Amino acid sequence: MTIPLPPSGAGTDPLLTTADDAPGVSLWRAAWRRLRRNPTAIVGAVIVAAFILVALLAPLLTPYEPGSARWSGQVTPTSVPGPSPEHLLGLDRFGSDLFTQLVYGARQSLVYGVVATAIGLTAGTALGTLAGGAASVGGRIGGWVDNAVMRLVDIMLSVPSLLLAVSIAAVLGQNPYAVMIAIGVAQVPIFARLLRGSMLSQGRSDYVLAAEALGLRKRRIVMGHVLPNSLGPTVVQATLNLAVAIIEVAALSFLGLGQPDPAVAEWGRMLVAAQDRFEAAPQLALLPGGAIAITALGFTLFGEALREALDPRSRR
Amino acid sequence: MTGAHDQPLLSVRDLSVRFGLKGQRQVAAVDEVSLDIWPGQHVALVGESGSGKSVTSLAVMGLLPDRGVEVGGEVLYRGEDLLTKSPKEMAGLRGSEIAMVFQDPMTSLNPVITVGVQLTEVLLRHLQVSKAEARERAVELLGRVGIPDPARRLREYPHQLSGGMRQRVLIAIALACEPKLLIADEPTTALDVTIQAQVLEVLKDLVADTDAALLMITHDLGVVAGLCDDVNVMYSGRIVESTNRNRLFANPRHPYTGGLLASIPRLDSPRGAPLTPIPGSPTQTLPWTSACAFAPRCGNRVEACTERAPALEATGDRDLRCFNPLADADLTGAAR
Repeated sequence: MTIPLPPSGAGTDPLLTTADDAPGVSLWRAAWRRLRRNPTAIVGAVIVAAFILVALLAPLLTPYEPGSARWSGQVTPTSVPGPSPEHLLGLDRFGSDLFTQLVYGARQSLVYGVVATAIGLTAGTALGTLAGGAASVGGRIGGWVDNAVMRLVDIMLSVPSLLLAVSIAAVLGQNPYAVMIAIGVAQVPIFARLLRGSMLSQGRSDYVLAAEALGLRKRRIVMGHVLPNSLGPTVVQATLNLAVAIIEVAALSFLGLGQPDPAVAEWGRMLVAAQDRFEAAPQLALLPGGAIAITALGFTLFGEALREALDPRSRR
Repeated sequence: MTGAHDQPLLSVRDLSVRFGLKGQRQVAAVDEVSLDIWPGQHVALVGESGSGKSVTSLAVMGLLPDRGVEVGGEVLYRGEDLLTKSPKEMAGLRGSEIAMVFQDPMTSLNPVITVGVQLTEVLLRHLQVSKAEARERAVELLGRVGIPDPARRLREYPHQLSGGMRQRVLIAIALACEPKLLIADEPTTALDVTIQAQVLEVLKDLVADTDAALLMITHDLGVVAGLCDDVNVMYSGRIVESTNRNRLFANPRHPYTGGLLASIPRLDSPRGAPLTPIPGSPTQTLPWTSACAFAPRCGNRVEACTERAPALEATGDRDLRCFNPLADADLTGAAR
C-alpha cells in the first residue's frame, strides 16, 4: 500500500483511537467507566450490593430462624418488647426476632423481585422483538403481526399493573409462584413497548441502510444489528423495574395475596402485622417500610445512573 | 442481448423519483436523469445539497422506502431493469454486484458489533466461504485499505477507530465481494481535509485493483478532477451538463457548472481576493416543468429561461440543458 499513514504505535496513536476510550474497550465497558465516576451510581450500587449481601448471607447475620414465635410469651396485647442484647431490634407482635425477620425478608424480596422481573423481561423482550422485527421487515404480514402484538400490549397496559397482578394472583391462588408470575406479567407490556420503540428508531439509522446496501438478509439485519443496539434501554428498565417489583411484592403480601407460609419472613406481611400495634410499637412498621423504600431507592438510583451512562448524548 | 462489452454496465434511462403520497402534491426529487457507466469507468454525479444526487444513488440501489415514493424510468444493469426486480433479487445483487460507500463513517458502522463481524458477514452472505476463510480475507482486506495491525483491529468496535479509519473499513466492506460497480456517496465529506486525500487514494487504488466501475457522488470538483472520466452536473433534480472531465474543466458551458468552477478558491489568485460564490441559494428555484430551475441565480439569463423548460440536448461535445450557454472558455460570465 502506498498511502502515507501516520506513525502508528499500536493503540497509543491519537489518530487511531478516540480520546475517551482506550483500546479493547467495548461499549459496555465504557459505560461502566462512566458509571464509576457518578456519585449517584455509587450510592445506588452500594445499597443494591448491601441488599443482595444481606439476602445471601441471612443465616450468618442472625442466630435465629425466621418465623419462629419462640418468645411469644413476652408479647402482651398492649406492648411489644423493644431492643435488648438478645434481640437487636426487639420482637415482633408474634414473638419472633424482628432483626431476623427483616434480614430474611430481604431474601424473599430479592428472589421474588428478580424472578418476577426476569419473567417480565423475557416475555416482554420476546413480544417486543416480534413486533419490532415484524415492523422493521415490513410488508403486509409484518405490519399485521406488529399491530396484533402491540394491541395486545395496549390492552395489558390499560389495566393498572398492580390491579393486573392482583387479578392474576387471585386467579392462580395463594402460592409463591402466583406472585412472581403476576408481577412479571404486569411488566411485560413495559418491556415490549420499550424494545419495539427502540428497535423502530434504530431501524432508521445509517448503519441499517448500510447493511441493506450490502444485501444482508432482513432477518440478519433485525437480529444481528437492530436488536443488539436496542437492548440498552431494556436493561436499564429491568433495573428500574426491580424496584417496582419489590414494592409490588410487598403490596401483594400486604393485600394478603402473597406468600401464605407464616414461617417465611416477608416485608409486606410484616407491615400488615404491624398495623394494629402502630402506636405501641411504631418500629414494627417503620423498619420493614424503610427497608422496602431504601431497597427500591437503591435500584432506582442505580438504574437511572445506568441509563445516563449508556446514553450517548451524556457522554463526555 | 449484446455481449458484455457492447453495452454499458449501468444505464440509467429517464429516471424520476417523486416523493409524496398518491393524491397529494408530489415533489420530484429527481427527473429525466439518464447516465451510462461502462465497465471500469469512473463517472461523477456533481451537484449541491438537495440536487438529487443521493436520491439517484438510492434509487439505483433499490434502497428508497416502499411507501410514499414513486420511481419511474429504467435502471438497466447489464441490460436488466433493476426497478422491476424483486426485493430478494435486489438483496442478492447489493453487496456482491453493486456496492455503496456512504457519506458518514461515524454512523454507517454498527456501534455495538466489532469491525470484524461487520466485515465477515458480507463475505459470508455473498461468497461460499467458511468462517475461517472469511476471517482470513477480512484481515487481508483491512490491510489493503491501509489499516495497520488488521488482525487486532478486527476485534475492535467502530468507536475505537478514527473517522478516516472507519471510512477505510467501510470501503473494505463495500469492496469485499469485488463488486462490478461501486457507488460512493460523498465518501470524504465527513472527514478532515488531511484525511480526505488519503481515503480517496485508498478508494482509487482499490477500485483500480478490482476493476470496478465507480459512480462518484460529490459536490467537490477537486475529487472529480482527480478521479473521474465523465461528469454529470445536476441541478434541482435534473442533469444540466454532461461531458468528459477535461472538457468540463477546460470549458464549462452551463452557467451553473461555470459558477461551481469559479467558486473554487485558486492558489494563483491574489491574497485577500474575495471568493466568487453563486448568488442565491439552491432553494430559489423555478419548477423545471415551465422554466429553467437555475434561472433565478443565473447571470446568463434570457427571457426564454423563465418561460419554457430547457431540454437536455446533445450540442457537439456534450449534453447541455441551457438556452444561453457560456461561450467557449468563458469562466467569468457565470454568476455575475
